[in-house]
Amino acid sequence: MSPMQIAIALWTLVVKEIKRFTRIWPQTLLPPSITMTMYFIIFGSLIGSRIGHMDGFSYMDFIVPGLIMMAVITNSYSNVASSFFSNKFQRSVEEMMVSPMPNWVILAGFVIGGMVRGLGVGLIVTLVSLLFTRLSVQHPLLTVGVVVLTAALFSIGGFINALLANKFDDISIVPTFVLTPLTYLGGVFYSISLLPGLWQGVSMLNPILYMVNVFRYGFLGVSDIPVGLAMAAIVAFIVVLFGVALWMLERGQGIRS
Amino acid sequence: MAEPALSIRGLTKIYGNGFHALKGIDLDVAQGDFFALLGPNGAGKSTTLGIVCSLVQKTAGKVSVFGVDIDKDFARAKYHLGVVPQEFNFNQFEKVEDIIHAQAGYYGMPMREAKPRAERLLKDLGLWDKRKGSARMLSGGMKRRLMIARALMHRPKLLILDEPTAGVDIELRRSMWDYMRRINREEGTTIILTTHYLEEAESLCRNIAIINHGEIVQNTSVRGLLAQLNTETFLLDLARPVDKPPVIEGFEVQQVESNQLAISVKRGQKLNDAFTQLTEQGLSVVSMRNRANRLEEMFVSMVEDANGGGARVPPVRQIDSGEVAAKVETSHTGTGGRR
Ligand SMILES: Nc1ncnc2c1ncn2[C@@H]1O[C@H](COP(=O)(O)OP(=O)(O)OP(=O)(O)O)[C@@H](O)[C@H]1O
Ligand SMILES: [Mg+2]
Repeated sequence: MSPMQIAIALWTLVVKEIKRFTRIWPQTLLPPSITMTMYFIIFGSLIGSRIGHMDGFSYMDFIVPGLIMMAVITNSYSNVASSFFSNKFQRSVEEMMVSPMPNWVILAGFVIGGMVRGLGVGLIVTLVSLLFTRLSVQHPLLTVGVVVLTAALFSIGGFINALLANKFDDISIVPTFVLTPLTYLGGVFYSISLLPGLWQGVSMLNPILYMVNVFRYGFLGVSDIPVGLAMAAIVAFIVVLFGVALWMLERGQGIRS
Repeated sequence: MAEPALSIRGLTKIYGNGFHALKGIDLDVAQGDFFALLGPNGAGKSTTLGIVCSLVQKTAGKVSVFGVDIDKDFARAKYHLGVVPQEFNFNQFEKVEDIIHAQAGYYGMPMREAKPRAERLLKDLGLWDKRKGSARMLSGGMKRRLMIARALMHRPKLLILDEPTAGVDIELRRSMWDYMRRINREEGTTIILTTHYLEEAESLCRNIAIINHGEIVQNTSVRGLLAQLNTETFLLDLARPVDKPPVIEGFEVQQVESNQLAISVKRGQKLNDAFTQLTEQGLSVVSMRNRANRLEEMFVSMVEDANGGGARVPPVRQIDSGEVAAKVETSHTGTGGRR
């Protein structure tokens, strides 16, 4: 295919993915907005006012970046996981397989679709948070950069999950048993400096901690961890996972008998 | 001659569970041909076509499409292919026109080109009124036609149809045949189809391969195949029931029902001779039809041969039993009398 044809194919896929999640917005855009509003009201306003300050910021200001990140992570992941899996389930993935579209375009199409959903929900959550607090952003470029990379990383993760999944249950296992716990333990609601030494060390093994912290650093200008290292790690993860996903696609893992 | 539209050499497929679905088949389909791939359920037809269009991973062998080896440049090979699979494989929740437009996009066709093309195909295939509805609201026959329209969007040079008319009513089937003939003739599209309706193969296709248990058992022209047909069986409805089948000199006769006989007529024999003898015995025939489509009879005998069954044309009773025969029986619908 010529570069122009590849661009058309990629565009087709991305538009199709965006159409999918906007068509079913009550399942994709509404629930995370409601959940996050609840978090803001309960943890931020009601309980937060009793907690006082965290790392020198009001509790509300402290949790906003974490909650935005949490929304981005779960939505990017589950968008790609459920979209690609349902393409597998309905066999419409065959439409792509019989076409001359290269595998990297298929992968990129779904990943971009997942990023748009994740970032879209992230934006909604950000707007909602403005009802509760005034956000200031210390490092805009870094803030945007880390959230975009995080969306990409988890979209790729969702894709791999969908390739490996054989039934619908298989795409909810990782979000429920891995992503949610890691996010809660990733310093969304607390600073790890509150933890005893041992648990601080354990927390450092949690990749989500780094993303949340860099993101919060972008907003507030403070972080528990070295920012540059964290960004490098995220990029490295993206490269590796993209490679793995592509390799699985080339082998036809989970889609070709 | 130009290189074949499809060339398959030593194609082997062993599925993950160890099942040997294809045992090294060779097949050539010339450009512009209308080719039938026949075989009983589980013979390996879909597996073969699946490998050609990258839905199934081959175990060994070579496949090339218009001279392009799929191992070397699958993308280029795929560009020539239009695929209508046996099972529905579109997103049921998408709109008909979205499905069609997206497919064009996957082949790199810009929207301004895809729209008029989609309009033409949807109109040709009687789906234009349904374009705004979601695909799950189509009837089974419409879903098949949707897949045909989708496969034709990028103007493939080789169209692969895996049971395109399964579940399509007789009238519609005939209009689909006309359509397929037209694209074969007017646009020069090479067409390969699998079907269980042998009448379909006989009336549409020029060349034919019969596959059984993952092996090609016959690969010839439809005309050549029919010429090989030695015996045809006719069913005669008698005016009155008889107790036992009459003896007709030179013909094999069996009683199917009390007032129905089956008579095998070998090539060179005259049906007149049989009627004369029947008249002499005071038996009158009120109606007659052939037992099955001629190709069906051929097919049954060929498959049974391959399965190690002896006779080239099996006795009538055997036709009634067995999986292959059962399939052939269903394909009898719409075959009317002798054609
Ligand atoms: N994914 C799979 N795993 C294991 N065996 C399979 C798989 N797909 C097909 N088979 C087996 O391979 C054989 C050939 O199947 P195939 O679908 O090619 O048959 P077919 O000729 O298309 O039959 P039909 O007329 O019923 O469509 C069958 O015995 C089938 O059970
Ligand atoms: Mg089949």
